This record gives sequence, C-alpha cells and structure tokens, in this order.
Amino acid sequence: MTGTLAAIGAGLAVIGVGLGIGKIGGAAMEGIARQPEAASKIQTAMIIAAALIEGAGLFGIVVSLIA
Amino acid sequence: MLKKIAFLSTIFILSFYNLNASATETKTEDKTEKYNPVPAIMHHISDAHEWHFWDTEDEEGHKHAASIPLPIILYTDNGLVSFMSSEFKHDDEGKVVVEKNGEKFVKMHGSIYYASEEAHHGSYIEHSEEEGSHAVLNAKPWDFSITKNVVGIFLAMIIIFLIFTRVASSYKKNGGIPTGITGWMEPLVLFVRDDIALPNIGEKKYKKFTPLLLTIFFFIWVLNLLGLIPGGANVTGNIAVTLVLACVTMVVVAMNGNKEYWKHIFWPPVPHWLKPLMIPVEIIGMFTKPFALMIRLFANITAGHIIILSLVSLIFIFQSEWMGIPSMLLVLFISVLELLVAVLQAYVFTLLTALFIGVAVDDHGHGHETELNEV
Repeated sequence: MTGTLAAIGAGLAVIGVGLGIGKIGGAAMEGIARQPEAASKIQTAMIIAAALIEGAGLFGIVVSLIA
Repeated sequence: MLKKIAFLSTIFILSFYNLNASATETKTEDKTEKYNPVPAIMHHISDAHEWHFWDTEDEEGHKHAASIPLPIILYTDNGLVSFMSSEFKHDDEGKVVVEKNGEKFVKMHGSIYYASEEAHHGSYIEHSEEEGSHAVLNAKPWDFSITKNVVGIFLAMIIIFLIFTRVASSYKKNGGIPTGITGWMEPLVLFVRDDIALPNIGEKKYKKFTPLLLTIFFFIWVLNLLGLIPGGANVTGNIAVTLVLACVTMVVVAMNGNKEYWKHIFWPPVPHWLKPLMIPVEIIGMFTKPFALMIRLFANITAGHIIILSLVSLIFIFQSEWMGIPSMLLVLFISVLELLVAVLQAYVFTLLTALFIGVAVDDHGHGHETELNEV
C-alpha cells in the first residue's frame, strides 16, 4: 500500500514540475521568436529557472523513493 | 554507421539476455514466480566494496563472479586493519567471517560489521527481536575502504589530469595555438569562463573563481559520463559525493561573502516588523541552496540510471526475447538523453555555484539583486 501511495506522490510531483517547466519552455520560445538575437541569454535564464523547478520536483521524487 | 551500432547493441542486449536466461531457468523451477527487478537495480546504483561485473554459473550450479577486488580499510578498536574484499568471497549476507588483528568481520548489504559470536541461519549478524523491525544490532567499525565509488573518483582524476596536462604542454609547445585535443578542450574552457563565470560573478572577481568552476564542471561531467558506461560506477548518483561537492560551494560562498552579503542575511533591508521572519529565512536559505544542489545532481543521475536499468529489466519481466528489441530501442533513446543530462547537470551545478558566488561577492548590487533566495 505504501508503495502505491509513494507512486501517486511521485506522479503528483511530476505534474507540478511538468506544468512549471512547460510554461518556462513556452515563454522562452516566445521570447526567442520575438527577439532571436537574445536567444543565448534567454536560454541561460530558462535553464536556471528549469533547474530550480526541477529541484523542487526531485525533492518529491526522492521522498517517494524513500517512503 | 548508425545501423551498425544499432545492430551491435541488439546483439549485445540479446546475448546478455541469453546468458542470464539460462541462469534464471535453472534457479526458478516454477515459471509462475515473478521477476523482481528492484534488487538488481539497487545493486547497480549503490556503492560496493568490490567492482562487480557479472555472475556466471558452471555445470554444477556454482556461481562465479567476474569482479575486481578492492582494498578494505577499517579503523577498529584495535587500530587500522586492511585486507582485500576478495576475502569475503562475494558474500553479502554476513555468512563469511574474516578474522584480522584479533577482530572478526562480516559484510552484509554493502556494510561491514563486527561478527556475532554465533551464527543464526548461517549469518553472523544479529537482528532486532522487535516485531516489524529489521535493524542490525552488530557494531560497525569505521570504514575508510577504497570502494567502487572511490575508484571511480580516482579514474576521473586520472583522466582529467592526463587531458589537462597535455593541453597545458601543447600550449607551451605551439606558442599558444591549440592543436589536437587542445582544440577540443579550449571552447569548453572558454565556455565556462565567458558564459558561466564572467556574467554571473562580474568582471572584477571572475578570474579568481574560474579555476574552481572549471574543476567542478569537468569533474562532474567526467564522473557522469563514466557512470553511463555499462559496468561503470554510479559516483555522482551517490548522495555522499554530491554532499561534499555542495559543501565545497557552501564553504567558498561563506568564505568569500562580503559585508553587503552578510548584512543581507543578518540585517536584511526590510521593514522592522518583518525582520523576525526574514532573518531566519535568510539563514536557512544559506543552507537550502547547497542542499538543493546536492539533491538535484544526486536525483537526476540516480533517476537516469534507474530508468535505464528498468528498461533493461523489461526483458526479464516479460520473459521473452522479442522484448529485447523495444527494450534496446528505449535504452538507446534514454542513454542518448542521459548523455545530454550528464553535461546539463554539470553545467547547472557550475552555473548555480557561480550565481551563489556572484551574489556573495557582488559589491555594487543595490540596482539588480538576483532573485534566487528560493530553492
């Protein structure tokens, strides 16, 4: 039973992270399309934000791995 | 070329299946028993006292392991003790006792314990009598062994040392013109310097921190790549290794923080009634930043390894050779993705280290404060 609950928890964590990173990716694409010359700067900022969000999601996954 | 690689990897995975299928068939008499991939996966991603590659079984059903024994170094009550891990004879259940220097040791689930006086079911390990608890009661010696992960770190050190001494001497020989491997390394070094260190730390101080950032970047990248080689050690997927890396970042940030930085932590520029709330948050923030670095690297690399191994175990779960083809394709796809993750995680770790250092050493910072206090 705990295994099932942990799997649900991991899934929920991934939903949040997927939404977050998806939004960042979409916004970055839009930004690059509007201003292609700023692509490298936008990419850097995008990766930082994605890494920070991903960190939060990985906390959830690690917790559900331990549980 | 691509077709050749795909063909060879199919053969490789199929032969792997054949080798193991014969072993599983002799072991599990009833076919109804389900294959549990978790122990094998955990064995692959965890640290070990020997470098184990595979098991083979001879006609009489005896198992033979193909593995490299590694030295075990223990600090016991009677002083330092060292011996090779082969003396445990690949035992991981506490059944083989090694006696050294008047002390008896057994190994169970990757840890070394002092052996009990007498055996229970052949194992010299005593478990807690309590219901539901499986805690080991035996005492442990201090373990300073050269484990699989330590050997992995040594390998990475040797590789990095060889590459960069060559690069340095090539610059000297050719008067600053990159040739051969130098031409390949120069863009990477310049990338770390110009795209990670310079924009995040600032023009005045970036030169001081570039060597540290380069070391972190190449160390993590090489270890990530070594971990992806079949049979390689999962070093950056070990939380102790990432903990030390994150501690390096934390110590460097704390040692180089200027007056501005410490003022921001202990007396932040917020209304007075907010201070009791903000000061603890800022102090906790000092530790959550490296903590997030630690978890991010550990979880990313471990998750990648678990995914690859789960896809390989699909073959054994379905007990069918036809599963080898989709499994191989999926493993190939995830492996290529992991090559990207290997460099991306090295980049993210280096970038965030540079950002934290930049926040700590920034001396004109009231105009554009970096909003990175959250994890």
